[in-house]
Amino acid sequence: MKNLIMTSAALALTAGMALADGHSVVRMGTEGAYAPWNFLNDAGEVDGFERELGDELCARAELTCEWVTNEWDSIIPNLVSGNYDTIIAGMSITDERDEVIDFTQEYTPADPTSFAALSTDVDPAAGVVAAQTGTIQAAYIADQGWTLVEFATPEETLAAVRAGEADAVFADDSFLAAALEGQEELVMLEQQVTLGGGVGMGIRESDTELKDAFNAAITSMKEDGSLNALIEKWEVASTFE
Amino acid sequence: MACYLTTGKHMGFYVSFGTVLLLLAITAPLALSFGFGGAMAARSPFAPLSWLGKTYIAIVRGVPDIAFFLFFVIALDQGIEVLRHYAKCPDWPDTIRQGNDFIVCQQAKMPLGAAPQWVHETYGFMIAVFTFAIVFGAFAANVIFGAMRAVPKAQLETAEAYGMTRRQTFWRIVVPQMWVYALPGLGNLWMVLIKATPLLFLLGVEDIVYWARELGGTKTPRFTDYPHGDWRMWYFLVLLVFYLGFTRVSEIVLDRIMRRLTKGQATAAGEAQRKAAA
Repeated sequence: MKNLIMTSAALALTAGMALADGHSVVRMGTEGAYAPWNFLNDAGEVDGFERELGDELCARAELTCEWVTNEWDSIIPNLVSGNYDTIIAGMSITDERDEVIDFTQEYTPADPTSFAALSTDVDPAAGVVAAQTGTIQAAYIADQGWTLVEFATPEETLAAVRAGEADAVFADDSFLAAALEGQEELVMLEQQVTLGGGVGMGIRESDTELKDAFNAAITSMKEDGSLNALIEKWEVASTFE
Repeated sequence: MACYLTTGKHMGFYVSFGTVLLLLAITAPLALSFGFGGAMAARSPFAPLSWLGKTYIAIVRGVPDIAFFLFFVIALDQGIEVLRHYAKCPDWPDTIRQGNDFIVCQQAKMPLGAAPQWVHETYGFMIAVFTFAIVFGAFAANVIFGAMRAVPKAQLETAEAYGMTRRQTFWRIVVPQMWVYALPGLGNLWMVLIKATPLLFLLGVEDIVYWARELGGTKTPRFTDYPHGDWRMWYFLVLLVFYLGFTRVSEIVLDRIMRRLTKGQATAAGEAQRKAAA
């Protein structure tokens, strides 16, 4: 037992030193347009589940973090060219993305994706489906061979259905649930699909120290139940067992 | 309502109007000087310099703005970092390109990773200004190049007859007279530049389009004190009024300058002005 504590202390120390050398400030890249995951609050600051999660992770990993917003479209290219150090933007872990960047372990489990439409009797397979470009949802619709229209922002996918440009919108259940709150126009369809391997933080492939630091912090949050508490607070996903 | 319009987000929106105006205020003279330099180079009797000027004009004019903005900005940013990397970390063991990753040592980062956010934003803004200046400078160079050639030959011959050197002829005869020929083209460019400012958004600068989209988006009561539906149309209407107003004012100012420049010129308009006065 004593040995274990010593090794983990030594590990923490070397990790801390390596990080002090590599990153004095860790820049956290997010989209800021995907409530409840990440959005800009009334004061214009990044807020939401991932803001709270990211701040906690940084505190546990003893990192100084700064928040940056970036368009979803170019969020991966800007990470690999070094404009920020992590992507924390509700990004599902997929094989295609994993070829370009690395992911930490997932901080929310893989969750159902839902359809929303103007009425419950819409059949997405027969109609036009709106999804945000570069998402697993867009890829899924394209793979099914259904008719897909892509938009740069989540907001536009909803507007497309309201305007009749698309018959249904396909997005994370938690996002749709939050967006449909307090309005009667759009309704959720019963059909659901489970996609991706959960949501994780994207990190440059060469940045293994940072990945390890965040992995350790996520593990510790999973173990003491604070991650589940956060997930429940923001209603972003199902909790870990 | 008053509270709604004074949220931190709205302050960001108002400030972004200043960003756009500042961009124009810096870019216009910079682009003009690039244009002047380009035109002078293109006219140079020294062949390599002339090729350089002509190549600059042809390449930048030929590449679509958006492609230029997407490619050039990243290339410029990475180019600066590579140079700094070689200067500051000569004994760095790793290569800069590792698969997809672009990695320079921390001291070579532009701006430094530890720099506050406003430094990052200012740097992004300066890169944007520089890119706009290069693009619009090429068009301006073409306009000015043409305008210099439009100055009547008789004027140059007279200057020569008076014993002026090439340099004297250029600065005392060509440059003062060419503006009247250049202004219509430059005025057009100014209008296009105003309308091109939303491209800032492509460069990651939070401009008025970014904020209009963000503020106009649907807000549900859970995440804001001021929930509303899709108000993007109204915010974009504000932008429409802003741009129309701004271009109208520009037109009026350009008209005034044109009248001033025409005075005493050997052009049809100058002649008409002289007759009206007489």
